[in-house]
Amino acid sequence: MPALLDSASPVSASGEGTRPPSGGRVPRLGLRRTQGPRRVPWLWIVPGLLVAVAIQFYPVISGSYYAFTRWSGVGPSHWVGLHNFSLIFSDPQALGSLEHTIELGFAFVVIANVLGLALAVGLGRALKTRNFIRALFFAPVVLTPLATSYIWAYIFQYTGPLNGFLSALGLQSVEQAWLGSPTWALWTILVVLVWQNTGLSMVIYLAGLQAIPAELDEAAAVDGASSWYRFRRVTLPMLLPAILINLTLTMVYALRVFDQILALTNGGPFGASDTLATEVWKQTFVNNNYGYGAALALLLTVLVLIIAGAQFGFVAWFNRRSAR
Amino acid sequence: MSHFRYTPRTFLRECSMVLIGLIWLIPFFLLINISLKPGGFEVYGSPFQLPSKPAFGNYSTAWQGSAVGSLGHGFVSSAIITFISVFFLIVIGSLTAYTIIRRGGRGSRILIVLFTFGLVLPVQLGTIPLYAEMHELGLIGTYSGMILLYVGLLMPVTVFLYAGFLRSLPPDYEEAARVDGASPLRIFFRVVFPLLRPATGTVAILCGLIIWNDFFTPLIFLGGSSHATLPVVIYGLVAGLGTEWNIIFAAVAISIAPLIIFFIFAQRQLIRGYTGGIKA
Repeated sequence: MPALLDSASPVSASGEGTRPPSGGRVPRLGLRRTQGPRRVPWLWIVPGLLVAVAIQFYPVISGSYYAFTRWSGVGPSHWVGLHNFSLIFSDPQALGSLEHTIELGFAFVVIANVLGLALAVGLGRALKTRNFIRALFFAPVVLTPLATSYIWAYIFQYTGPLNGFLSALGLQSVEQAWLGSPTWALWTILVVLVWQNTGLSMVIYLAGLQAIPAELDEAAAVDGASSWYRFRRVTLPMLLPAILINLTLTMVYALRVFDQILALTNGGPFGASDTLATEVWKQTFVNNNYGYGAALALLLTVLVLIIAGAQFGFVAWFNRRSAR
Repeated sequence: MSHFRYTPRTFLRECSMVLIGLIWLIPFFLLINISLKPGGFEVYGSPFQLPSKPAFGNYSTAWQGSAVGSLGHGFVSSAIITFISVFFLIVIGSLTAYTIIRRGGRGSRILIVLFTFGLVLPVQLGTIPLYAEMHELGLIGTYSGMILLYVGLLMPVTVFLYAGFLRSLPPDYEEAARVDGASPLRIFFRVVFPLLRPATGTVAILCGLIIWNDFFTPLIFLGGSSHATLPVVIYGLVAGLGTEWNIIFAAVAISIAPLIIFFIFAQRQLIRGYTGGIKA
């Protein structure tokens, strides 16, 4: 059963924190205790907490500070307040990368979810080839994004197979250097993202579908409901938890995408496929504008947190409602 | 069970799925086909035609890699970093999650929120201070530095996965061992840790793949060192080769071959790892 409902289930509600009365405090007649405190010592969280704070939380807080400074990486940094942010909102390059991030994010979320759900429903129990085709769709999920992106870089070359296919169809007028086109470069990255990650959405939807009791669907069918009606009124509502997980996963994934862009277009031509993630990298590690890069990174982080927060809030609301 | 029968409509559905599946297969076919072409015109002229004579030499050329390192070096670096990081993530992560869940109370809730927060933070914002921190400690370009990075960056995911599993694990066995007088550490390693095996499998698969496939972190923290991981070696190789697609494809094929083999033999566990991880 998918996830989001789990925290509302009785097992987990009682599992956290509570313990049976028979803990270490039950007096054991005449026996001396031979060891120290019997509860799990808080001390055990120290290594995990320490490494997470040192590697993740402290640098993020410190990075947020640099977003309000001018700093070249060496020497002292200068506090400039919101200056970096006003620079971002007057810099067409940075605004472009923000716009591309949002465009790519929404397009990927819609396509990966619609296609992923269609594949999960389409590859239902009746198909003879279902196991093989499911495996085929899922395989790219585990492969190195950087390495597989080069296959697509070749496909999109001017002399590559995509143009060859178009010319075989008599569509020579559409042929072009896809990666070098300001209009198309961003969408070549979308194609790679869809190919690589739709399989993950598909298996999450498959798991969600399998959790729906077949009797429910059959009962509706016996009552004479059409298959489209059953999908809308029975399947979709039951899939809500899986849909929510997928929406968040795909959105967060698309917002952070970096490897594929570096392999395919390197953000080009002239920044036409730059996103916040690549722009942060260029400003900090190529141009040494640390303060400005940190401000861009903070913007990206806020974007991700808003979307993840909205999802968590919705899940909490959903669980409260279904717990009633 | 009427809608599970194989009807003409099911056949149509099967055909359309096979058709979409073929599109998904094209990159794999091109990868193998082009990687065996002798180069020159054959690479561009007829991408779908089989090579006149398979040029296996492409693979040995690709194996030598570039100035960044050979593919063999990349494999060794990737394997060392991945396996040791996953080992520490499992040991430290399970211990942390166990303490948080079994102690309970307000402290636990705060920690759960903290680790959940870490789940979604993009790496970019912390990268610069982290680089300074690692530089100070002399850990740039070292295995131990990379391992430390991954253990820290993936600790939230690991704790999250273990905590989800532990919530539904009744503490009965632990209580029994406690009554028998076992120490907390002994209880954890002898009783609890073996029961966590499904979660450990998920952690190993998810974190292992994330680390093995990562490009951004080693690009920044291992760039220019002799410990470049496989993705960084491939990136350097392609930068040097330009458009020798047959060699590039041979290198890509070599680099993803272990993942393909892993996928073929452990497909079920892999899919369970992903969906199970999300359930938690």
